Amino acid sequence: MKKLISAALASAMVLSLAACGATGDSNGSSAAASTGDAAATAEASNADGSTPIKLGGIGPTTGSAASYGIAVMQGEQLAVDEINAAAGKTVFELKFEDDEHDAEKSMNAYNTLKDWGMQVLLGTVTSTPSLSVAGEAVNDNMFMLTPSASAVDVVETGDNVFQMCFTDPNQGIVSADYIAEKGLGTKIGVIYDSSDAYSMGIYNAFAEEAAAKGLEVVTAEAFTSDNKSDLSTQVAKCQDAGADLVFLPIYYNEASQILIAADKVGYKPTFFGCDGMDGILTIEGFDTSLAEGLMLLCPFSATATDETTQKFVSAYEAAYNETPIQFAADAYDCVYAIYQCVQNGSINGDMSFSDMCEALKTEFTTMTFNGTTGEGQTWAADGTVNKPPRVYVVHDGAYQTAE
Amino acid sequence: MQFLSYLINGISLGSVYALIALGYTMVYGIAKMLNFAHGDVIMIGSYVVFFTFGSFGWNPAAAIILSMIVCTVLGVLVERVAYRPLREAPSLAVLITAIGVSYLLQQVAQLMWTSNPKSFPSVVANSSIFKPLRLFDGQLTISAETIVTILACIVIMVALLYFINHTSAGHAMQAVSEDRGAAQLMGVNVNATISLTFAIGSALAAVAGALLCSSYPTLQPTTGAMPGIKAFVAAVFGGIGSIPGAFLGGVLLGVIENLSKAYISTQLSDAIVFLVLIIVLLVKPTGLLGKKVNVKV
Amino acid sequence: MFRLKNMRKTTKNNLITFGIVIGFYVVIQILSAMGLLTSSLSGQLVPICAYVILAISLNLTVGILGELSLGHAGFMSVGAFSGTIIWTVLYGQVPNWLGLVLSFVVGGVVAGLFGFIVGVPVLRLSGDYLAIVTLAFGEIVKNVMNACYLGYDSTGLHISFKDAASMNMDPSGTTLINGAMGITGIKKASTFTIGIVLVILTLLVILNLINSRAGRAIESIRDNEIAARSVGINITKYKLMAFITSAVFAGIAGVLYSLNYSSLVAKKFDYNTSILILVFVVLGGIGNIRGSVIAAALLTVLPELLRAVNDYRMLIYAIVLIVVMIFSQSPQVVAWRKRVMDGFRSRFNPSKAKEVQ
Repeated sequence: MKKLISAALASAMVLSLAACGATGDSNGSSAAASTGDAAATAEASNADGSTPIKLGGIGPTTGSAASYGIAVMQGEQLAVDEINAAAGKTVFELKFEDDEHDAEKSMNAYNTLKDWGMQVLLGTVTSTPSLSVAGEAVNDNMFMLTPSASAVDVVETGDNVFQMCFTDPNQGIVSADYIAEKGLGTKIGVIYDSSDAYSMGIYNAFAEEAAAKGLEVVTAEAFTSDNKSDLSTQVAKCQDAGADLVFLPIYYNEASQILIAADKVGYKPTFFGCDGMDGILTIEGFDTSLAEGLMLLCPFSATATDETTQKFVSAYEAAYNETPIQFAADAYDCVYAIYQCVQNGSINGDMSFSDMCEALKTEFTTMTFNGTTGEGQTWAADGTVNKPPRVYVVHDGAYQTAE
Repeated sequence: MQFLSYLINGISLGSVYALIALGYTMVYGIAKMLNFAHGDVIMIGSYVVFFTFGSFGWNPAAAIILSMIVCTVLGVLVERVAYRPLREAPSLAVLITAIGVSYLLQQVAQLMWTSNPKSFPSVVANSSIFKPLRLFDGQLTISAETIVTILACIVIMVALLYFINHTSAGHAMQAVSEDRGAAQLMGVNVNATISLTFAIGSALAAVAGALLCSSYPTLQPTTGAMPGIKAFVAAVFGGIGSIPGAFLGGVLLGVIENLSKAYISTQLSDAIVFLVLIIVLLVKPTGLLGKKVNVKV
Repeated sequence: MFRLKNMRKTTKNNLITFGIVIGFYVVIQILSAMGLLTSSLSGQLVPICAYVILAISLNLTVGILGELSLGHAGFMSVGAFSGTIIWTVLYGQVPNWLGLVLSFVVGGVVAGLFGFIVGVPVLRLSGDYLAIVTLAFGEIVKNVMNACYLGYDSTGLHISFKDAASMNMDPSGTTLINGAMGITGIKKASTFTIGIVLVILTLLVILNLINSRAGRAIESIRDNEIAARSVGINITKYKLMAFITSAVFAGIAGVLYSLNYSSLVAKKFDYNTSILILVFVVLGGIGNIRGSVIAAALLTVLPELLRAVNDYRMLIYAIVLIVVMIFSQSPQVVAWRKRVMDGFRSRFNPSKAKEVQ
């Protein structure tokens, strides 16, 4: 009996591996089911003879970081749908794979997308998996444009890796400069996530720049992903240290808890966040009056009045019934940046991904792009984006441009 | 004064751990299984309260009672479908199944309610009975949530002790806990007793969920996972299976965690908590209030 | 044929296990040569090998020694970090093969050392209390490594548990471990062949240990500790032997795993990874080494096969886990399955059915 079971198991293993080997071909057709995009079924070329470009996306759509990955997935999907509808043909096909915010799963997703025939990678969403995937993308010479993986090591991996978001050190430095220049605070407290590469990256650069600018950082308190349910002690330590400005280089989830904890003990410093803070006003059930006076350095505001942003926000709200956060905006811009290259005629769907990568490298280092996260964006040869940082302040539950 | 305020933060966190640990220890003590899905039942319960109380504006008590009913049904159902077939199997098999159930509940929650975080409204915020306690001219604040959580812990602990020691269903539980086979021979309905245990444990999870999220208000499908593990640690710390032990373990764990955050290192506070746990178990191998079991040859 | 029949049953069993591993290697090589191997599968080969080694080594603790460990990922973590540091530091200084061998040796030894440090006090405990202490150990390793900054410059090694600036390193220094970012820019070295060689090495050592005098002593402790002690078996020695061997191979698997990616973070080796390995062991059959090998390979591939149903992927995985557990472990279901199989057999092959009984 035991023998029979083990024989059955062994044969099941061989079968499933064979099935795994064979999925390469069938993946293309299953793309429609996984991305929910009817247009993506068009495997063959369009009526006018052009071949669709295959965009691959990677990010966490399950697990604790799922809200960021899903925002990116929706942003990319919206842009692809809009472009295809406007062009009247399939310009892009998008396939988005889950990586559970884990490097190993992210590599698996990357390989799955390669089997599907991905030509450009729009990912990954989070920094830690991005580092591994970037290494592989550089080996393969696959063009990689990440909407939100902001660690500086990601772009340093190779010259075919580009970012749509500011790098972490850049955000830390700009924040420190801004705070020093405007005299927002004399005693500064920091609360950051020491288990997160994004938060650490900003904090380390901020600490260095703050020292250079003569800002007094009175306390820097950390939390980790395991003990982030209770942040009251970190808040209390900032209060005891007399901090009149608390810098929060963290995501909006945890930031909302800090605001609530501070409110409970009647602590009212100025809170200052980075791009991860965007989204705090749209948390279901959050009392936005607690965020009054919150400042954040962020390239995107859903309430901005320019035409590009307005169009994006209304289309996103119509499609997904929620307000887009900066993750979705960055992702949306990624697709349009690639589309600009298509319109310039430098890439088309018949190119191999390596040729496309070379063409995109030239294009990205020379072009100027206007999107929802800023006008006149350019990229340096090292892959970092150059766009004007914007500082917003929350007033009456909405962003206003800070003075 | 600073020390007092850190201490109160610790007790506040600890009382939440204790509340979860009571449910853990109850199920472990009687069914002899580590129900790793307990934290996720808490999460489901919190969502029920979030929608009924937060979105539809129900009375908090009514919302919690509904949440208790939902969790009880869920707990009994899970026990019936996933755990009972494995009652005679190696204990590890049940452990793995419990982990499977935990993944399942998280995924179901994500599919039903998306992974977007929700800010949980405090169930005692506008209460006329429970008010935050301000001491020393407002220098020290004990939040209403903390007061309610500690009261709830004590009430539940006393009620559980009474139930187990002074009712026939409670005696049946003790019998099943001591020796399942012998209990069956004496006419105790083992299946019904274990179902009842899960029902009580899950109803407690609903209360714990509402109070956990009132104190620490971010609600996501993964919300229950980490407090669940911490509560498990608390239950072992106090001596697993012991009801006062779970309470003591939970409170101590919260206090140690917060004091090490305050005075040693915020990064390493979890490492310190676990180190203390190891040391305690080495000195007292069955936890603080655990019973010493003599192995007979 | 004649010799095969006379062989001892365990030897034959072990040969089948080796045969499966080598057969798997050959099949993959043939597929690869024919160009039939997808990137998706070839990318998973090294992790499969690493998980197989982890499952085998954990089975030694859980199945043979009979102690539940929830901190296997902790040993994997210390092995991965120490091995990767050796690899990074030695890269370009010594021949690559030597650097690689050294990193595996160091990874294994460091993990073994931690196995000893944890094992000596902890093996006094048993059952769920041991489980919780191993879980605590894994979490401590994760938290400490997450907060660890390590670098070196001309003045020597610098370490800090606060932030990068507190290392007080020269700007020209090299950062080895950068806190939550871990180690980045690792030169990939792991290949499928190395992985398979390590799997075979692990099998050789662990199967031999199980079938040796020491292995029987370890099994006797599992079956009845008091009886084992009464016949003069040195409980602590054999418990430690199993525990440390298990840790050493977890460390080696950690090195194999980390050298397959260009970055390494401590967060990966959390409690969920320990549980994942435990799932392999339980599903493959507690104490059944071959089962661990097959279950680890299958369960690593399964979530990837489910990518076609993206949104429901993890949901299906969870359901499969529960159903398989009930199907393979529940006494009632097992009895039912046996009845069905026996009925099936007696219908088609009456002579064989008698043999089974």
